[in-house]
Amino acid sequence: MPSSRREFVRLCTLAAASIGLGPLAAQRFVEAAGKGLRPSVIWLQFQECTGCTESLLRTAHPAVDDLIFDLISLDYHETLFAAAGHQAEAALKQAMRTNAGKYVCVVEGAIPTKENGIYCMIGGRTALDIVQEVGGQAGAVIALGSCASWGGIPSADPNPTGAVGAHDVLKGKTVVNIPGCPANPYNFLGTVLQYATYGTLPALDAEGRPKFAYGQTIHEHCPRRAHFDAGRFAEKYGDEGHRSGYCLYKLGCKGPVTYANCSVQHFGDVDGAWPIGLGHPCFGCTEQKIAFRVPLHTTVEIRRPVPPDTYAPIHAPQGGVSPVATAVGGAIVGALAGAGFVASRKLSADVPPQDGSGGPPVSPPPEV
Amino acid sequence: MALSRRAALKGLAAAGMAVAGVRPAQAVTLPVRQTDALGLLYDATLCIGCKTCMVACNEANSLPADTSGSPAKLYHKPIDLSEKAKTVIKLYAQDGEQAFVKAQCLHCVDPACTSACMLGALKKREFGIVTYDPDLCVGCRYCEVACPFNVPKFEWSSAAPKIVKCELCRERLAAGKEPACTEVCPRHAVIFGKRTDLLDEAHRRLHDTPDRYVPKVYGETDAGGTQVLYLSHVPFEKVGFPALGDEPAPSLARSIQHGIYRGFIAPLALYAALGAVIYRNRRADDNPR
Repeated sequence: MPSSRREFVRLCTLAAASIGLGPLAAQRFVEAAGKGLRPSVIWLQFQECTGCTESLLRTAHPAVDDLIFDLISLDYHETLFAAAGHQAEAALKQAMRTNAGKYVCVVEGAIPTKENGIYCMIGGRTALDIVQEVGGQAGAVIALGSCASWGGIPSADPNPTGAVGAHDVLKGKTVVNIPGCPANPYNFLGTVLQYATYGTLPALDAEGRPKFAYGQTIHEHCPRRAHFDAGRFAEKYGDEGHRSGYCLYKLGCKGPVTYANCSVQHFGDVDGAWPIGLGHPCFGCTEQKIAFRVPLHTTVEIRRPVPPDTYAPIHAPQGGVSPVATAVGGAIVGALAGAGFVASRKLSADVPPQDGSGGPPVSPPPEV
Repeated sequence: MALSRRAALKGLAAAGMAVAGVRPAQAVTLPVRQTDALGLLYDATLCIGCKTCMVACNEANSLPADTSGSPAKLYHKPIDLSEKAKTVIKLYAQDGEQAFVKAQCLHCVDPACTSACMLGALKKREFGIVTYDPDLCVGCRYCEVACPFNVPKFEWSSAAPKIVKCELCRERLAAGKEPACTEVCPRHAVIFGKRTDLLDEAHRRLHDTPDRYVPKVYGETDAGGTQVLYLSHVPFEKVGFPALGDEPAPSLARSIQHGIYRGFIAPLALYAALGAVIYRNRRADDNPR
């Protein structure tokens, strides 16, 4: 916890900078926190692995303790709670009552819907029930991670529990999806701090993802892009190309079709800490149609191919004609010529000589 | 029986009246050096081969990527101009010399394609741009054969094929924008403007930095002049621009064709002679002995 105002301002500036906002935003963070306007956050966990929470715990700009003590008021979070059992449930009720219509509801994990949602129950209530009650009264709902965004791993075929994302349960409510497996904590922080500071939510794309983070594909900012453009690929793990840091497309990288900012915003404050940075192809965790559906090493189609780092020659190579094609063509032409010759011979022989004069055969005069 | 002089003259007069209503082919008034002709100036010494123009061209013209040069279909990699690539950056690299060339329609001042086009689907319209009207095209592909720069391309892959070639982004021009390729070029290696201004600029560059260039503006007079002009540090023959002379490409064919029909004398003489032969033969058939 920061000890001085100076340190607190520094923290807010770091937070603003890490999510791409300017110093003015940092000033607003400070002012908002100074007025005691920390937004209440209720964090629900359902069918999940806690990976998104773990990922958030490993950020340092701001560190999670700074975040939960100074910038937001984390009123319910099963992993970070000191309380347990009835105490915890009471805290949830208390936070909802106090901040009704203003608190931020964060959903982590998918919500099972089959058989009235009995596959995930907390305190005797189903996840379905909880998310409808807590999410329904929230000022903003953030679905953190691929599971909360559309179902993620629990919804992979054959989806035995009927797992769905938060927006499928909270119909009619704006749900900010921050997919990822785990979700990039900075995209979450950016969204929360924008809501805390300005009371607004970021612009969303068609999948409900913030455009500031999911506006471009991994491929567009991939540090290995130069190798793709030059046609240098790792063919298999551990080969010369792989060790040289070549493009991982042929190993099944989904970067060209995956909209996310992992290539520029790495994880855990460690430079290079993201799949491609560690030599593994992107598996498309932010894309509902890719992650847990397309096999890991299947290559994807390049949607808008751009020119490679090679050039067309001045004179384009001309297509050659194969000897077989020449032979077949020659045989057909020869057969036709022969048939024509024979036919003309037959036709001319069929014409009876005119009044036996012995002259050359002439065709009969046309009838008028 | 011999055709009388009187009858022959009568026939000729009738034929003459019949054709009087038909105007003979007019001599083509060439839009040479028109002051409002628009064009491009490409400077091979400035081009860095980034191919941004190729991407922008396909986007502006809603063309799909041409993956013909990429077996895995990973890249927009045309091996030449194609129905999916109206412009291609080519590379000449031989004997230590290297030059990029932007292949595209040169918008000739007197184009061979429009001369060969039988229905006027390809036509020089405003600003001297060689434009294409698919409604008039019959798909004969004479333009492909006629073009000395091998520019027009036929959509072989389409069931209703059209001809594809650069039209100098005429939709963008109409919207007050410049062509996509010149807009995105990061080094202004290709610039857009009036042909007269571009010629002045080209000569200024040749004059100011003569060591940089082959002392020639390709397209100033070549093939009767083109509206897309080129500067290069490598001889133009090497980078795919044939020495075509100063005569417009269609001039020979045109002089022959127009010569044949000049004053409609030759056709009339031919038809008269044919008529005379037929008349004579029929008379002979009608009165055997």
